[in-house]
Amino acid sequence: MTRSSRFLAILLLLTGCATTGEGDPRDPFEGFNRGIYRFNEVVDEAVAKPVATAYRDVVHEEIRNRVRNFFSNIGDVFIGANNMLQGKFFEGFEDWMRFTFNTTFGLLGIHDVASDMGIEKHNEDFGQTFGRWGIGEGPYLILPILGSSTVRDGVGTAIDMYVDPLGELRPINLRNSLIVLRLTGARADLLEASRILEQAALDKYVFQRDAYLQRRRNLVYDGRPPREPREPEEQEKPEKQEQPVNPGPRSDVDTGGASNSYLPRIPRNYEAVMAAGYATTP
Amino acid sequence: MAPDVLVKTVTTEVVELITKDKEIRSGSRAKLIQVIETRVLPHFNFSSMTALAMGQNWNKATPEQKKRLIAEFKTLLVRTYASALAAYSEQRFDYRPLRAKPTDTDVTVNVRVMQSGAQPVPIDYSMEKTATGWKVYDVMVGGVSLVANYRTEFNNTVREAGIEGLIKNMQAKNRSLEAPPAEKK
Repeated sequence: MTRSSRFLAILLLLTGCATTGEGDPRDPFEGFNRGIYRFNEVVDEAVAKPVATAYRDVVHEEIRNRVRNFFSNIGDVFIGANNMLQGKFFEGFEDWMRFTFNTTFGLLGIHDVASDMGIEKHNEDFGQTFGRWGIGEGPYLILPILGSSTVRDGVGTAIDMYVDPLGELRPINLRNSLIVLRLTGARADLLEASRILEQAALDKYVFQRDAYLQRRRNLVYDGRPPREPREPEEQEKPEKQEQPVNPGPRSDVDTGGASNSYLPRIPRNYEAVMAAGYATTP
Repeated sequence: MAPDVLVKTVTTEVVELITKDKEIRSGSRAKLIQVIETRVLPHFNFSSMTALAMGQNWNKATPEQKKRLIAEFKTLLVRTYASALAAYSEQRFDYRPLRAKPTDTDVTVNVRVMQSGAQPVPIDYSMEKTATGWKVYDVMVGGVSLVANYRTEFNNTVREAGIEGLIKNMQAKNRSLEAPPAEKK
């Protein structure tokens, strides 16, 4: 409880100190965020990255995969719950099937037998559920230690942490060890990505922010975000019969007054491809 | 060659090269970049990519500046791509069937990278038909468009330092990547 209330306090604090400026409309607290970002980088360089690098180099890949699978399996319970909350009952059922198979045949989740059986893992959390319900993301936020977030996703993360079964685990020593192991593994999985980010970005803060916002938008729509208008310099208008037949989530979910400047140009068959989904081959 | 066939052919070819080639396996970046330049680059339309990433600022650049912008952006993307490829370790690819009419000249080709204990990562290639075959003009990884991601960065830099500033900025970035520090282990 204390953890989540601390988060809420931070969020309230941030919404209270709105600044004005000609910066990015999605990131009104940029100055403040950059401060936290620098703090996080210092902590990462000093502690998280060295520990994660040592973990990657010392622990055999096979063991690391099992550790990842173990925590991923626990996560599937809540991924399922979030799918249910979003009305995606089939996906939610799949997540719980995954948990059942992996916990039993997969020996407490250390083997991902469900994926081998063709039941794919999903990616859900409370932030995405809120998004699915039509709640806008709100301003971009950098959370201490946890990094990129938004007001909506920050509240989601607080709930994710509150319902985290590890939180209730006793003795405390075991709980803390498991939490550290989970964080270490998660950071180790990101070592390559952060190296690539380092190389690709002219301004790491901006690059990471835009990638985060694009990624979350994509996740809220389960990889099938609605089609966006093309570049203004392109004269072509999309065909008239463009309205999708299935009533997907509302398209105004994440506008939040933001400019469209970061939206990519979308090929013409995009909608058809996305509507077809990943589930079956024709 | 149809766009989906092209993506599959090139991917298969490159993965085979980087997993078999002794120099690349022992960490030769020069060789890796050479493979990218000969096998992958011909299928990318860098002027389209640069124009899209520049957005409205593209029209403010002189033809000469445009050339330099394309060159620098290309170098940056190749370096980044090399790093991404170097991280490849036996992931399996799931090539999705192409859904497009034969008359389409602008399509998405989906590939998914499968991995244990995690959601598959979708890679969407946005491709357009040109006189010299299908060319990629954007790559979306996990829903993150590369071109869109550079747009804010480019926009900010142009606003603060102008087009010349952006070119200088990219040049400096590329030079710093030329001799990457020994991999921190």
